[in-house]
Amino acid sequence: MAEQQSGGFHRRVIEGHLGLFAILTTLAILVGGLVEITPMFTAAGPPSLPGVTPYTPLEVAGRDIYIREGCYTCHSQMVRPMRSELLRYGEWTRSGEYAYDHPFLLGSRRIGPDLQRVGGKYPDAWHYEHLRNPRSISPGSIMPGYGWLYENRYDPADIQASLTALSKVGVPYTAEEIAGAPAAMSAQAQEIVGRLAGAKITAEPDREIIALIAYLQRLGKDGRAAIAAGQGGGPSTP
Amino acid sequence: MQYTAAQNPDGVRYDDDIVRQFLIATVTWGVVGMLVGVVIALQLAWWPANLGLPWTTFGRLRPLHTNAVIFAFAGNMLFTGIYYSMQRLLKVRMWSDALSRLHFWGWQLIIVCAAVTLPLGLTESKEYAELIWPIDILITVIWVVFALNFFGTVAIRKVKHLYVAIWFYMSFVITIAVLHIVNSLAVPATFTRSYPIYAGLTDALVQWWYGHNAVGFFLTTPFLGLMYYFLPRAAERPVYSYRLSIVHFWALVFLYIWAGPHHLLYSALPDWAQTLGMVFSIMLIAPSWGGMLNGLLTLKGAWDKVRTDPILKMMVVAVSFYGMSTFEGPMMSIRAVNALSHYTNWTIGHVHSGALGWVGMLSFAIIYWLIPRLWNRPLAYPNLPTTHFWLATIGIVLYTVSMWAAGLTEGLEWRAVDAAGQLKYPSFVDIVHQLQPFYWLRVAGGLMYLVGMLLLAWNFIKTVRGPAPLAAAH
Repeated sequence: MAEQQSGGFHRRVIEGHLGLFAILTTLAILVGGLVEITPMFTAAGPPSLPGVTPYTPLEVAGRDIYIREGCYTCHSQMVRPMRSELLRYGEWTRSGEYAYDHPFLLGSRRIGPDLQRVGGKYPDAWHYEHLRNPRSISPGSIMPGYGWLYENRYDPADIQASLTALSKVGVPYTAEEIAGAPAAMSAQAQEIVGRLAGAKITAEPDREIIALIAYLQRLGKDGRAAIAAGQGGGPSTP
Repeated sequence: MQYTAAQNPDGVRYDDDIVRQFLIATVTWGVVGMLVGVVIALQLAWWPANLGLPWTTFGRLRPLHTNAVIFAFAGNMLFTGIYYSMQRLLKVRMWSDALSRLHFWGWQLIIVCAAVTLPLGLTESKEYAELIWPIDILITVIWVVFALNFFGTVAIRKVKHLYVAIWFYMSFVITIAVLHIVNSLAVPATFTRSYPIYAGLTDALVQWWYGHNAVGFFLTTPFLGLMYYFLPRAAERPVYSYRLSIVHFWALVFLYIWAGPHHLLYSALPDWAQTLGMVFSIMLIAPSWGGMLNGLLTLKGAWDKVRTDPILKMMVVAVSFYGMSTFEGPMMSIRAVNALSHYTNWTIGHVHSGALGWVGMLSFAIIYWLIPRLWNRPLAYPNLPTTHFWLATIGIVLYTVSMWAAGLTEGLEWRAVDAAGQLKYPSFVDIVHQLQPFYWLRVAGGLMYLVGMLLLAWNFIKTVRGPAPLAAAH
């Protein structure tokens, strides 16, 4: 059906040779990715930020729940360097803040607000109530409630497998940290339960909601501290 | 009308069983994927539709919707069209029937695994690459099966020169393999959980190099290949320009791959990467419109048929939406525009003008064209495709217009600052509330599109279940 136009280098040489065509196509699609991605592993890549440390075992468990529930489908974790975003969310996000984010969770849609600076913004009790019934805290919210997080227990044994895998991809967890993960989890969970008790909420330390709160309260915290200490680079109000 | 499916003008026994199987899968998964789309649209308009169950919340169903429409509906559509057209273009039966079957059943198994794991919350969280690592490995194996069969068939072809559709199919087979493998590299922690080898913005850049080119090489280039085969067949006209097809093919496959960073504008991704993404996105207008023009101008001299033939109507709307969304996309890649559009419903509207307009409409056209030829009988309801066409077209308009309006509303209100330099709309949830009418309008548009799909499915079932015409008794 194509016009059988005669001649032309493309027709004579390329279209008649499968191997040549496939090789040229492969080269054409490789160039862009190589040029853009390779430098990310060099000095031209994202700079680091001093003071950013890996997530604790309980926060890793919370992050896995955040991923499981698809929180990232509605919430971003990236404050853009714009006046309105600084007013609404706080400091814009520095690349080094993501140093231990496997996978990244920048999100692509803000059905709800950005969460990059949510750590420490509200008390634990706020999250505890909000995740069970968002409308009790935020009237008119369209977020679903997550009642099952208050019944499901996280698995302290499972977290060791997660930390081991994360250490293999470059997160500097030591063997001692991995071995002590279940104890560390329960200690951090007790702190949260203690703070909840202060707000007259009786919570079980082994429930998934506690891990998720631990993660949410960590978000953006290291970055904020580093920026406050003048290590963020660039103006904080561009 | 006579449909002597006549697999045989070239003296070759084409394997049309595999084409029929993929077509049945396309229609089935199309209904499922679009239904989930309407459900999650409803969840945003009316939150109780989340049902209070872990498996039915928006956060778990949204990836199910995207995976179902991209890999199940569009994927099976591509394989339907490719298996039908490549045999005829190369004048040879598929290289291996066994590989064809393995490809078909392997792909359906992947889809079933996705449909089970995603509602269970088993996900890697990377958009359009959510499936957990054991399924990723299965995808790789099945893709190798497809690639072997594809290149094997091209290698034993009976025509010397490769037609333009084959070029586009080849770019699809090669690029999806590269993207899938590089983006999925991860270290497993358990059988259902893994962590990617990349961190932070590097992970984000790899993901959007993948994500943008899933659009480019799954929803664009192979569908252009289908356009280059089926549009000239349906219009009974030769392709407008052979030279244009060469130029726009090479420009498209070279430029597309660079555009990924436009998903990360204003992030802390290094500036040079953001700028490259923006510049290459804008350059993409040229080869994209080359494809659109080659499609539309192929109808030169056949426009009278467009008035009466619903298949051509769908093709014209599809190619037009391709042109529109490949203009809108580059515009949204300009930093100043992206500052407003990013994170808003505008992006959702943009994606759906491409998905519903280009991919969906072209698929419907090809399905209606293929059913009579593959089952050797006329459509049970020959006028229903016209109804489908109008339902889908009005549905797309409602969808995109409501999402543009919603996107502009939230984008402008997020950034609005009063004379004192304070946020004019400090309450996020108040802005969410203003979007409700648009969310309902989107439900209506999506529902119309789904009803159109159901009409297609019904017409299809009635046609293949109906009595075969005498012409079939050959």
